[in-house]
Amino acid sequence: MEPIVEGFVEAGRLLASGASAVYEIIFLSLRVSALAVAIAMLVGIPLGYVLGVGRFKGRRVALILVNTGMGLPPVVAGLLVYMFLSRSGPLGDLRLLFTVPAMIIAQVLIATPLVTGVTAAAIGSVPLELRLQARSLGASWLQESWLTVKEARRGVMAAVVAGFGGIISEVGAVMIVGGNIEHSTRVMTTAIVLEARKGNFGTALALGLILIGIAFAINGMLTGLQQSGARYER
Amino acid sequence: MWRILAVALSMSLVFSLAACTSEDTAEEPGGQAQEPVEPTRLVLASTTSTQDSGLFDVLIPAFEEAYPEYSVEVVAVGTGEALELGRNKDADVLLVHAKASEEEMVAEGYATERRDVMYNDFIIVGPAADPAGVGGTSDAAAALTAISGSGAEFASRGDDSGTHKKELQLWEAAGIEPSGDWYLSVGQGMGDTLKLASEKGAYTLTDRATYLNLRDTLQLEILVEGDSALFNQYGVLPVTDATNSDGAEAFTDWVTSADAQAIIEEYGIDTFGQPLFVPNAQ
Repeated sequence: MEPIVEGFVEAGRLLASGASAVYEIIFLSLRVSALAVAIAMLVGIPLGYVLGVGRFKGRRVALILVNTGMGLPPVVAGLLVYMFLSRSGPLGDLRLLFTVPAMIIAQVLIATPLVTGVTAAAIGSVPLELRLQARSLGASWLQESWLTVKEARRGVMAAVVAGFGGIISEVGAVMIVGGNIEHSTRVMTTAIVLEARKGNFGTALALGLILIGIAFAINGMLTGLQQSGARYER
Repeated sequence: MWRILAVALSMSLVFSLAACTSEDTAEEPGGQAQEPVEPTRLVLASTTSTQDSGLFDVLIPAFEEAYPEYSVEVVAVGTGEALELGRNKDADVLLVHAKASEEEMVAEGYATERRDVMYNDFIIVGPAADPAGVGGTSDAAAALTAISGSGAEFASRGDDSGTHKKELQLWEAAGIEPSGDWYLSVGQGMGDTLKLASEKGAYTLTDRATYLNLRDTLQLEILVEGDSALFNQYGVLPVTDATNSDGAEAFTDWVTSADAQAIIEEYGIDTFGQPLFVPNAQ
């Protein structure tokens, strides 16, 4: 029990000490995952919309592919990006391996299927009548889709939460393509692995608690947004 | 909804049945032949670099043949974590390479003893272009001084491992405090650090075994070797009051015996044309 208590104490001490090293990795984690989820939203929400409302050939296969992608192990995503960006890989000349952009690319790969899949499910549950009515009132294609996404906004929000939660906590991909380089590509999760390997279980647990705290705050914020949407509906 | 549930249930049923049958078939031939006793688990904590060297692939089967009553599970972690696993009694026996920390563990009573097993050596590797011009020298400290002043990058394990501690000793001997943009503290295992150095065209300190194992996948050459400061002593430590202390004792005696020492001496010759470790148990 004692080491666990120690972890909580250490977490408080780390945050209070204002050690710049800790804040540096916290901000890098947030920066990488926020940017990755933003890109995943740009791709995943329109894609999810098309899969949700579309009636086209190959839609089922596309849905199965997306749902499989939702289970893509981060380490496999990392491996793929690594192989493309490696000096011996097709994009080696970009010299992106072991940089922050490489980490963002890998996380986009993980988050996009999550955002797409959950969005498709949310959009698919919007009643067809709503869109028909909009169309009969003369709504353009763009207005109709905007209305549908708005109607499904709680589900779309859940998609964003799922995407962000999936990448802020993953370690497999950022370790492989980022390299855990101090002051450069070290984020919360890779720092936790490092501290655990060093045998500093207290510090590792402390960083873990901070990560959970951040996830809690962000999810609280997003849930707040969802709930205010719910009130508006009634 | 019910259909999804039904599919999920039937899938889990199929997988659990498959698991049962494969267990049955696996058990029968061995079970009838001999050994009514199930081997006891022996947890050996060691370092990633030892695991990466491939030595355990020959050493562990040989031990299990000599002592069929034990089944060894290797936990390969950083030296720091390996020592911590020993302190917490989560491992039965340690095979690590950080002599000072090991002796401290014995002094504090966490391990019953410490014996020399073997040594290997560290080398400094880097890109073939060798921008710091250190190739061919055997003075490790001089080589590090040249690297630090050359503008080339140096990848450090940065994980408190035995290799990292050795690297820090060498910097200290060179009278340099390594820091700055050129000094990449990676915080990963030896194999990953080598891959990173290769990709970045950086220098790094590595044990010879891991380097030789990965040589074909790396664009790195051996540049500095042979300095006595680069030798790396391995020790074996049975953990005090371990879960399997008999097994820990047995392993300690065996790995320092003539049989095991002969295996260690030969390891690497067929694959790399040179031995990776020099046995030196007393």
